[in-house]
Amino acid sequence: MENNNSSKLVPYPSNALVTERDLHKPPVLEVNHLGIDFGGLTAVDDFSIIIGRTEIAGLIGPNGAGKTTVFNLLTNVYKPTRGNILLNGYSTSGKTTAQVNRMGIARTFQNIRLFSKMSVIDNVKVGMHMSVKENFLSSLSHGFGYSKAEKIANERALELLDFFSMADLAKAQAGSLPYGAQRRLEIIRALATNPSIVLLDEPAAGMNPSETAELMENIRRIRDTFNIAIMLIEHDMSLVMGICEGICVLNYGKIIAKGSPDEIKKNPTVIEAYLGKKKEAQD
Amino acid sequence: MTTFIQTLIDGLSLGSIYALIALGYTMVYGIAKMLNFAHGDVIMVGAYAVIASVSMASLPPVVGLILSVVICAALGILIEFLAYKPLRKSPSLAVLITAIGVSYLLQNLALLIFGSEQLSFPQVINLPDFAFAGVQIKGVTLATLVITAVIMIALTLFIKTTKLGKAMRASSEDKDAAELMGISVNRTISITFAIGSALAAIAGIFYGASYVYIKPTTGAMPGIKAFTAAVFGGIGSIPGAMLGGIILGIIEKFSQAYISTLWADAIVFGVLVLMLVIKPTGLLGKDIKEKV
Repeated sequence: MENNNSSKLVPYPSNALVTERDLHKPPVLEVNHLGIDFGGLTAVDDFSIIIGRTEIAGLIGPNGAGKTTVFNLLTNVYKPTRGNILLNGYSTSGKTTAQVNRMGIARTFQNIRLFSKMSVIDNVKVGMHMSVKENFLSSLSHGFGYSKAEKIANERALELLDFFSMADLAKAQAGSLPYGAQRRLEIIRALATNPSIVLLDEPAAGMNPSETAELMENIRRIRDTFNIAIMLIEHDMSLVMGICEGICVLNYGKIIAKGSPDEIKKNPTVIEAYLGKKKEAQD
Repeated sequence: MTTFIQTLIDGLSLGSIYALIALGYTMVYGIAKMLNFAHGDVIMVGAYAVIASVSMASLPPVVGLILSVVICAALGILIEFLAYKPLRKSPSLAVLITAIGVSYLLQNLALLIFGSEQLSFPQVINLPDFAFAGVQIKGVTLATLVITAVIMIALTLFIKTTKLGKAMRASSEDKDAAELMGISVNRTISITFAIGSALAAIAGIFYGASYVYIKPTTGAMPGIKAFTAAVFGGIGSIPGAMLGGIILGIIEKFSQAYISTLWADAIVFGVLVLMLVIKPTGLLGKDIKEKV
């Protein structure tokens, strides 16, 4: 597949790569020598990456390479053993997952984890939770559910749903939606938290080629509309090579290659990690 | 016929007290996935708080009632913070034993402060009795019914529509996902304990007003009955707790009136056993699917 992304990669100070477009803006995410050990096992080691303000970045690697662990580290679900994370220039060390989310990072899950018993719009409003100011007394005095804050939240949630043409499903129960719609809703819910970067964990899993094509279009649209960065884990190479500007390849918890899609495709270490050594295969 | 209506109203009144307590059990279970067996004793603390402030410190009844609710809400937060929060990741048996420990601690603290003799509950709800077609309805009974109904409607709306209510529902479904949506799950659990304990205080006030005498173990029996009600209605389900409480209250009063006072408790618990055999998830409980 031809990579028709608008912006090419250029060296960033401290030799990381960002797109030309984001060069003069502070990076959204700066990760330095991140690592975590589970008991004696090093799951991720020396993971350093810089993500530009509006970059679409890919994190790929064979199964068990530690990709989801990286997402869990970035959101402080796991506390890193080594290294640090700067989100919008601020260190996330010692923060709770909820605080890190409020600092600007949101994510979706490999296996969909919606609040399936709640309505579609309530799922989105839960995402907005922190940006909507409301206290117990004000909601009492306005009558439950009719406060000004609630009204604003409602409108914003509908706007977001409409952006993915899901507004007509607002009242449906989230768990009753078809698979593709659930995946979309999870992304909307993540966007509702007003993040500066969204982490998508295998967004195309279980989708057919036309749904994947629509997803790619949506991911681009999110970036262009909200001006945020997106980092995704994905096994579907047509999606990764099609929309990612920078790709980072992980194997056995370590970065083995970083670069543009074209560079990654030609990189012998990456080919080896995915397909095994040529000579060994012939033996 | 008069006895029937009389019994029904008494049953509804007792049932709404159970429902108020059961709400605390079910909300805490729904969100923290633990059985807070100290919850019954919060009722007792609520009742003693009224005795201390109104009978002993001679504060006006309204102040006493508000104090009781505030003290219990604070106590709920404190219990969660000191006893359960450190055990958030421990096996559920450890939490259960701790809850029983907290229950004994509260009972013995009350014993230490107020002594073992039962104290009379002050007359805080002064309402005239009603007589209607030969049926005598006590003012307290009517107040219990009306106030409980209002509280239940308010609570339902609160859970359904407010930001905090949504945070509570989200946290009860998936704590990690809720946390990743910027919801502080710890804070949400604290608030749940506060609300549950405040409801227990209100139940304690009604219980005291109806049954007059309070002793350190007062909370145990209504506590365990309300727990039965919560399981009967489907633990974790808020409408289930309301329904379960009211049904159990009615069953208890009818058993007392028509079968035997001695057998009433056995019948109440017997109904639970029957329920667990027929529908183990309770009246409104849903099947919990194991995550894979």
